[in-house]
Amino acid sequence: MLKNNGAVPFKNIPELDYKAFFSLNTVLVAGHPQRHCVTYHGIPSGEKTLLICCIADDTTGEIMVSSCLVRKGQELEALSAQVPGFERFEREIHENFGIHFLNHPWLKPVRYPKNRADHSQTIANYPFYAMDSDELHEVGVGPIHAGVIEPGHFRFICNGEQILHLEIQLGYQHRGVEALFLEKKGLMQRVMLAESIAGDTVAGHTSAFSALWETLSKVSISEDIAFSRTVALEIERMAIHTGDMAALCTDVAYQLGSAVFGRLRTPLVNFMQEWGGNRLGKGLIRPGRNPYPFTEALRLRLLTILTAYERDFEEMSAMLFRLPSALSRFERTGVVTYDDVVSIGAVGMSARMSGLNRDIRSSHPTLLYPELQHQPVIKHHGDVYSRLQIRREEIRQSMGYLRKLLEKVPENPSLGSPQRTTFTGLRPCTFGISLTEGWRGEICHCAVTDEKGELRHYKVKDPSFHNWMALALSVRNNEISDFPICNKSFNLSYCGHDL
Amino acid sequence: MINNLKILLHQGKQFIPDVTTAQVPGIFRGRPVISQEPVHEEELAAICPTGAIGTDPVSIDLGRCTFCGECALAFPEKIRFTKDYKLATNVRERLIIREGEDQPVEVEEQLIRPEIRRILGNSLKLRQVSAAGDNSAEWELNAANNVQFDMSRFGIEFVASPRHADGVVITGPISENMAEPLQICYEAVPTPKIVVLAGTDAISGGIFEGSPALNREFIDRYPVDLYIPGNPPHPLTVINGLMALTRKG
Repeated sequence: MLKNNGAVPFKNIPELDYKAFFSLNTVLVAGHPQRHCVTYHGIPSGEKTLLICCIADDTTGEIMVSSCLVRKGQELEALSAQVPGFERFEREIHENFGIHFLNHPWLKPVRYPKNRADHSQTIANYPFYAMDSDELHEVGVGPIHAGVIEPGHFRFICNGEQILHLEIQLGYQHRGVEALFLEKKGLMQRVMLAESIAGDTVAGHTSAFSALWETLSKVSISEDIAFSRTVALEIERMAIHTGDMAALCTDVAYQLGSAVFGRLRTPLVNFMQEWGGNRLGKGLIRPGRNPYPFTEALRLRLLTILTAYERDFEEMSAMLFRLPSALSRFERTGVVTYDDVVSIGAVGMSARMSGLNRDIRSSHPTLLYPELQHQPVIKHHGDVYSRLQIRREEIRQSMGYLRKLLEKVPENPSLGSPQRTTFTGLRPCTFGISLTEGWRGEICHCAVTDEKGELRHYKVKDPSFHNWMALALSVRNNEISDFPICNKSFNLSYCGHDL
Repeated sequence: MINNLKILLHQGKQFIPDVTTAQVPGIFRGRPVISQEPVHEEELAAICPTGAIGTDPVSIDLGRCTFCGECALAFPEKIRFTKDYKLATNVRERLIIREGEDQPVEVEEQLIRPEIRRILGNSLKLRQVSAAGDNSAEWELNAANNVQFDMSRFGIEFVASPRHADGVVITGPISENMAEPLQICYEAVPTPKIVVLAGTDAISGGIFEGSPALNREFIDRYPVDLYIPGNPPHPLTVINGLMALTRKG
């Protein structure tokens, strides 16, 4: 039993036999929408594999960790036979360690990593689901898409214009991030890896990494560091939501909305550059220090930017939200039901769009979120319009939080120079976990250290890992021409998934 | 209708009139300048997470630098990042900045293949290929075409089909899993075609350098026409680089 940003001696994690492990984790989650799996992965342990499963409880703020030692090639009853949300985690364990799960829906490869168990499987011959019928046709898109976006292959099965099924095959962005966390030993190298998990979620992933590193080194952060990270996370949320509102306008051919929301993102990302030298916030967040303290000048600058932003944003969104030609494209398009988001274990926005209250900022709050007393924005229709509404309302909410935070900028910032960092080593033989609510949803970083206090294992989970399934479900029975707005309304990460 | 016009009026002119002289706000980390100040060079080089800093004389390789600025924070008297965003060049060696140098990074005209300016000088259509990386370079390439940077006013655009393209822009360190799609895409582009590497990941692998999950053989197989450094490259770095390569004077 752990709290967010908690650590525990590795030997204290209960090691169960598989039967007990199976029943514990399925009973915890099945029928309990307030609980879900935040990470379930394998750690190499000599010839065997140690499975670690973490279930978060949103009402108590606790994270239940359990483990089970299994052999390569062993056949185990799949957790996903009871709880579909384990499906992709089990595929990943199967792909990396060659463990077979019985009664799993389909143990397909996830991302074709370099060190996969079975090299006879290659990305060019992924086993797609197919339907044999003269009346149906398949549409294959990617890995290279029409725009300047990341690679992935989408395979639609259609009856005329109607999509019956979509399967999303990923892995093209796989560059070995988790393995590099162990190979590259310098702290700066590791922060930079965290920064490069998903370029649109720099504040999210770097905050998660830094918090985990600080936990494992027993370093507590000063108020100014917590302040900077909270501000960065909320600006990132505003910037990406604004950009995605522009993208939704683009895809329904609403030129004015596309241009105005598109340009409104610029002052926000330019502010990140004024503050830390990079438009995406790279370089800003570092474990245990604050290289770019938030000054009075920055405070005034951000307040001015928010005032100008708010005026234009409200004018444009008032227009968009009463434009029948746009709304008719958004409403009742790409619906995912409450039951489905619970069942697949969706997180963040993709859970909140369908009435599932899941937000780390309120359930497992860290940084300055306890003081902000965050109330998640919840919608109930699970359609493109719900996702658009969430973006609009979360932008307003973030603006409110920023203004509240800016009332009191912490003084006496900690020093930022690399030589000042006082990390003396990590706790040996320890397991640590850190959850951060990025703009897409919950980010989870886990680490295990060895007896020398060196990293033995590092595991990253981007919210997209859960949510790609939500996109695949959302397009069923929709017209294929509505796929782009469904896709943009989620805006999931390929690189965060593929690692 | 009236409301539409009101929004247009309130937005005013958003585009940057001159993308070659525009100032970037704040503390942008562009081309570094290294002073002659004596420092503990090994200590300085050890700070760099991607091994971009060389010693005796001290140098920074912008093809490996991630512009994190840690070296300048630790040795402010030695290294300073200027706001010069014109960093692109066609010569890999020119990305290495040595101590005492304060010269712009430029495209070397005499080394540009003559057909590039003759055929692609007024209109350049590019097929971008993401090959791993973190999607930040893609993000900035898209920004280069927003209403502010508005790259398409210069006749430079990204297109969907490689058949319509005059070259490929590669972002990311090139994963094993993307090596074949990249190759197929490149072969589908009609000649003459250019190869542009956008971002530190693409130029050297960046922080992912040395990962066994990469396959960078493509870079060894074909000549590179333009290196655009940055993590990610700023839209102004991208636009100025592509213009310098393809436009006369």
